[in-house]
Amino acid sequence: MKLELRGITKTFGTFVANDAIDLVVEPGEIHSLLGENGAGKSTLMNVLYGLYRPDGGQILLDDRPVSFSDPGDAMAAGIGMVHQHFMLVPVFTVAENMVLGNEPTRGGLLDLAAARKLVCEISARFGFDLDPDALVEDLPVGAQQRVEIIKALSRRAEVLVLDEPTAVLTPYETDELMAIMRQLRDEGTSIVFITHKLREVKAVSDRITVIRRGKVVGEADPSADQAELASLMVGRQVSLAQEKAPAAPGEIALEVEDLRVTDEAGTRTLDGVSFEVRHGEVLGIAGVQGNGQTELTEALLGLQDSVAGSARLEGRQLVGRSTKQILDAGVGFVPEDRTHDALVADFSVAENLVLDQHDRAPFGTAVSMSLKAIAENANKLIPEFDIRTGSAASAASTLSGGNQQKIVMARALNRELALLIASQPTRGVDVGSIEFLHRRILDERDKGTPVVIVSTELDEVTQLADRIAVMYRGRILGIVPGDEDRDVLGLMMAGYTADAAREAVAAGARTTDSQLADEGDIA
Amino acid sequence: MSTAPVVVADDSVVEKRLDDSRPAGWWHLPATATVLGLIALVFFGLRGLPGAESVFALARETDLNPLGLVPERVTLPSQGGAIALSVLALAASAGLWVLQARKARPSRGVRIALIAVFAVAWVLAFMTWVISQRSLDVTTLLQGTIVLAVPLAFGALSGVLSERAGVINIAIEGQLLFGAFGATLVGSLTGNVWLGLLAAPLVALIMGALLALFAVGYQVQQIIVGVVLNVLAIGVTSFFFGTVMRDNPGLFNAPLRLPTLRIPVLADLPVIGRVLFEQNILVYLMWIIVAGLTVALFRTRWGLRVRAVGEHPKAADTVGIAVNLTRWKNVLLGAAVAGLGGATLTIGTGVAFGEEMSAGKGYIALAAMILGRYHPVGALLAALTFAFADSLQLRLGTMSAAEGGVSIPGDFLLMLPYVVALFAVAGVVGRVRVPAANGQPYVKQ
Repeated sequence: MKLELRGITKTFGTFVANDAIDLVVEPGEIHSLLGENGAGKSTLMNVLYGLYRPDGGQILLDDRPVSFSDPGDAMAAGIGMVHQHFMLVPVFTVAENMVLGNEPTRGGLLDLAAARKLVCEISARFGFDLDPDALVEDLPVGAQQRVEIIKALSRRAEVLVLDEPTAVLTPYETDELMAIMRQLRDEGTSIVFITHKLREVKAVSDRITVIRRGKVVGEADPSADQAELASLMVGRQVSLAQEKAPAAPGEIALEVEDLRVTDEAGTRTLDGVSFEVRHGEVLGIAGVQGNGQTELTEALLGLQDSVAGSARLEGRQLVGRSTKQILDAGVGFVPEDRTHDALVADFSVAENLVLDQHDRAPFGTAVSMSLKAIAENANKLIPEFDIRTGSAASAASTLSGGNQQKIVMARALNRELALLIASQPTRGVDVGSIEFLHRRILDERDKGTPVVIVSTELDEVTQLADRIAVMYRGRILGIVPGDEDRDVLGLMMAGYTADAAREAVAAGARTTDSQLADEGDIA
Repeated sequence: MSTAPVVVADDSVVEKRLDDSRPAGWWHLPATATVLGLIALVFFGLRGLPGAESVFALARETDLNPLGLVPERVTLPSQGGAIALSVLALAASAGLWVLQARKARPSRGVRIALIAVFAVAWVLAFMTWVISQRSLDVTTLLQGTIVLAVPLAFGALSGVLSERAGVINIAIEGQLLFGAFGATLVGSLTGNVWLGLLAAPLVALIMGALLALFAVGYQVQQIIVGVVLNVLAIGVTSFFFGTVMRDNPGLFNAPLRLPTLRIPVLADLPVIGRVLFEQNILVYLMWIIVAGLTVALFRTRWGLRVRAVGEHPKAADTVGIAVNLTRWKNVLLGAAVAGLGGATLTIGTGVAFGEEMSAGKGYIALAAMILGRYHPVGALLAALTFAFADSLQLRLGTMSAAEGGVSIPGDFLLMLPYVVALFAVAGVVGRVRVPAANGQPYVKQ
């Protein structure tokens, strides 16, 4: 099916998310939509899927204009979508999720036998191994995504939109996904692939459309080199390769031994993790989202309820202390969920910049705050970290995601640190600012601060870390040097131990990802 | 090239590593049970009336009771019986100690069985003590339980319907009150009790429509809307009660009663016959609705969609389910069901409408819904538990006024159902899985 978007415009208040976007997707092609975070890719696809109503423009399917008032219409017209945040009901089984909205019935009751059969049929076609009766919440993220895909296919989608599908996958799962996309294309499905990862775009696309700040800024051929694509996407020349001096590790600063976290249901979410971090060293924690990284950082900060084991910072036990005591011990923390855990949305930028130090000199005492010191602090940090805000008194919620992240980073780095723990330090930040924030983290390291970086982006971990610990299902599978082969890291993220992964790579396990990394000029 | 190893896609269920150590609060349950068991042993048993007898009346002469299979009465020595039952309760708590201490994750079945043995033994010990020198008619007690459970069960089902779709329903109280009011008003205006029965759910729909309008339509904080609607219901019904109904009770507020439908033969069974098969139509409707709703929620297309809307409305929207329409429908349906519960308070028991006559039953129904884990059958069982406490309280209240023996102050007895509700809900809260999107309005961009 041929899909054409003509002049699609969508505004939120005064913000123009999509500005007269034109896009043509031919039948049986993989069309990539490339753009930075916040460029308007997801908005465009939500308009196409009937979740947002466009303020202008037209959607044509096989040259006939159509309009969708809700996703049901879009689905009926043959459009399927795999959302970035899965649209699956966690407490339903795979079969129930797949048929939801389109349920087979027999004698008035749900025909789950037919649903199970459908799951097995479609998953067999793509070599999946999904258990139709498994609860979705018990499945690994990669499998949940496959449930999303078969859900779209079971409705005979002829145009399939994949919104940042690789964000939650290991490099190997990404390769598998690309194989599925090619198979679907060869069967005649049109695929729209939304991403900000250049390598993936080059590996799988037939055509590329680049979007910047809500506008189409150009079309590119997959044979274009990565630097060209990057400059098109960002709007200027970028060089991402960070010059990193080798680390000069000193004494052991943080020593974690057999740290365990149990959640309310009694499940071990962190299962006997041990590592150490030295002064002047960055330990990167890699792994697919949801493998215990959140629990690890929160346990170190005293934010988890049921923690056992030991974590000593300069010999002082952190487990069992309150978060306030831990912060007072000089731990700087960047939480992974910016909007929920890091900022008070209605507080001003200046107030958010001192949230963890408001009752301490120079910003205040136990009973009062020093508004002058807080204002001066804001006036110093806003230009230093290039926080784009109307004024220091604007509410944090009025800033874009990237600028909010800069507030959080500025706050964490703006004091004498005994330890820096940063989760997803550059999530949602534009390419230029990433460079700056990485520089600041490395400067902190060079001052002798021990640093722990948690990131699901392999690129970020390899750029910053001196040693890399890979987490898988609540455990650390191994700690490898910072310059370890990407393929080894990729396999470790899928549950291989370091040795097994090295053996497999030596035997020739290569991903498209690493092959393209070698030829491209971007790390 | 040919040796590229295959990395198998792992779609298997993530095996959860369960903690093998005992949870920190493992001793709470056995300790509570032991303390309660000791209280029973000391107060109901050792400090009971020596020489007194407690009589439980079971079968009646007219019952269908071949060969006297069920005895007419069971007589226990008050003190000895209470001691024996307390010891049984203590044995069950000892079992709980062993179970909870030895395994991190004791099997649910054994645990629930032990708790049930404990609860039954404890309650029987209490009853044996409290009816010393007297006789308790078990059939009447159970019959009262069912009658009192009906409004609670209908209220709780109203909650299940609306909260499974993601709308918090605090307004059950108001829906019951409107149902009770509508049944009497229409029944006495038309002189036909069946029209009153029909009117109850329809009048309660007004409450449901207001709740849906504010909670779903205008996205107002749902708990606040519910509480305000309850106050509104009290205000409106009290106004009409104080004006037209008081001026002309014969026309507007006549006490009517639904006929008792006696199922022949079955109703003659000893003890349970009259409890289950000699009731009015609302009681039979309750069984039917509980069974029907259980099938509908968990086995039909409608139920799957309702639950999807309550768990993950955006996912439901992306597959073409109209989220807010589903919520509207369910809130209305729930209100209608609660209206039937309200009808029990007036035409079900044969009394006229009275000011604030729902008397907090809507809130107890809410507790029954939570204790029943948002499941129709669970809600029914919880409603029966609370109603049993209420029925016992009523029986004991009349008895202590009549004779000597053990006497408990009437005000203390009145607390009984609420104390039971408080403990039951406190014990279960935190372990109940609430529909994930409960209370969150769904807004489309």
